[in-house]
Amino acid sequence: MFDNQKKSKSLTPIVVSNLSLLLGKSKILDKINCKIHNESIVAVLGPNGAGKSMFLKTINGLIGVKSQKINFNSIEINDYIRKEIAMVFQKTTLLRRSVFENMQFVLEKKNKLSNLEIMKLLQRVSLDTFKDKPARLLSGGEQQRLSLARALLINPSLLLLDEPTANLDPYSLNLIEEIILDENKKGKTIILTTHDMGQAKRLAKEILFFNKGKLLEQTKATNFFKKPKTKEAQSYINGKILL
Amino acid sequence: MILESFTHAFDLVLTLDKDFFEILLLSMKVSCLSLLLSCLVGLPIGTYLAIKNFWGRDAVLIMFNAMMGLPPVVVGLIVYLLISRSGPFGWLGVLYTPTAMIIAQMILIIPIIVSLTAQIIEEINEEYKDLFKSLVISSYKALIACLYDARYSILTVILAGFGRAISEVGAVIIVGGNIDHLTRVMTTTIALETSKGNLSLALALGIILLLIALIINLILISLKARAKRRMYV
Repeated sequence: MFDNQKKSKSLTPIVVSNLSLLLGKSKILDKINCKIHNESIVAVLGPNGAGKSMFLKTINGLIGVKSQKINFNSIEINDYIRKEIAMVFQKTTLLRRSVFENMQFVLEKKNKLSNLEIMKLLQRVSLDTFKDKPARLLSGGEQQRLSLARALLINPSLLLLDEPTANLDPYSLNLIEEIILDENKKGKTIILTTHDMGQAKRLAKEILFFNKGKLLEQTKATNFFKKPKTKEAQSYINGKILL
Repeated sequence: MILESFTHAFDLVLTLDKDFFEILLLSMKVSCLSLLLSCLVGLPIGTYLAIKNFWGRDAVLIMFNAMMGLPPVVVGLIVYLLISRSGPFGWLGVLYTPTAMIIAQMILIIPIIVSLTAQIIEEINEEYKDLFKSLVISSYKALIACLYDARYSILTVILAGFGRAISEVGAVIIVGGNIDHLTRVMTTTIALETSKGNLSLALALGIILLLIALIINLILISLKARAKRRMYV
């Protein structure tokens, strides 16, 4: 059954049912129910500690949850599905190697064709001239661009981006946003967390609003910014502290 | 006397003194072999302890950490008791041979290799594990990546182990017996010549030993500097 799914590379709709996550004694996610549709860009919004990053990690399978809590096109998460998901972390994790070697690492087979593909992607994120530079010597923005290029190299169906543009200069921000829109046009479903309202308005088709581990709203982006349903979302948009 | 010792040391090297080179070669042979065997045992154990979580793991790590400070004479004594004629491994007949010296040195070096390797790999694995997991790469590939990226730090550990081996005296003198042309190494010669009052030769050998330690440290520092420059550590 999965072979057909894999050929079509469709992981959507992603259905999250009654998902709760307990770390120690604190409830990080509390009975989350949502549905993520095909080829959407979903912005996960909420104050710090709302559970946004943990939500992305559970979707990616980095944090194990009970079976049947997250289904990808009616299939539970497994390694084949996980290979179709790429994640860019808030804190970039780069290997202690050159830019090119960091890209090469994610590929199972290394040949001339894959090297060409790497160079194309590096060019796309304006890092082709840095290919031999140690990755950790890149600036914050360059590191984030490299992480994104590395994620794209596996050609995922679902892209998870945890605050991909936090603290970046306008050039890197614009470049990453352009790539996100472009990849979405190519058919990728993208879920990203952000604190940048402008970015959420520019990119998102749908919004998931979290507060204290609870999903308070799932709605279209335009509706969310025009008329948020909850007081918490209203306070968040207006920059008021959520208690 | 110090000047005289320096002259003596240079004489020993420049005149290619046969006895001196025999001692130097045996010292290097014993230290290198014990280091190689310790690495073969210690690196996999250290790596395993770094990446696997099992019941009693912390106790094992604490034990290896504590063993880093083992007094060499105590190790020498224990190995002596084990391999002496009346000991459980007396049948091996290795007492007062370079093999016994290698065994004693291994017991001293392995805890260093295990503890420091575990620490290095644990740190790097902690940093990479989410990335590896999200990329769904095999544990084998992840392990190789950790070891490869920790190569400079591991080399430092290996050199630290060599430093411990080459400068060791207490254990090798007990199990080796400091026999001329058989188990006499630089450190045991220094101990013997000092007791005989031949301070000039003892100091000369001491200078050469210090030179070896200095060269190791220079290599170590330059490796670290290179790795830091390239942000590989």
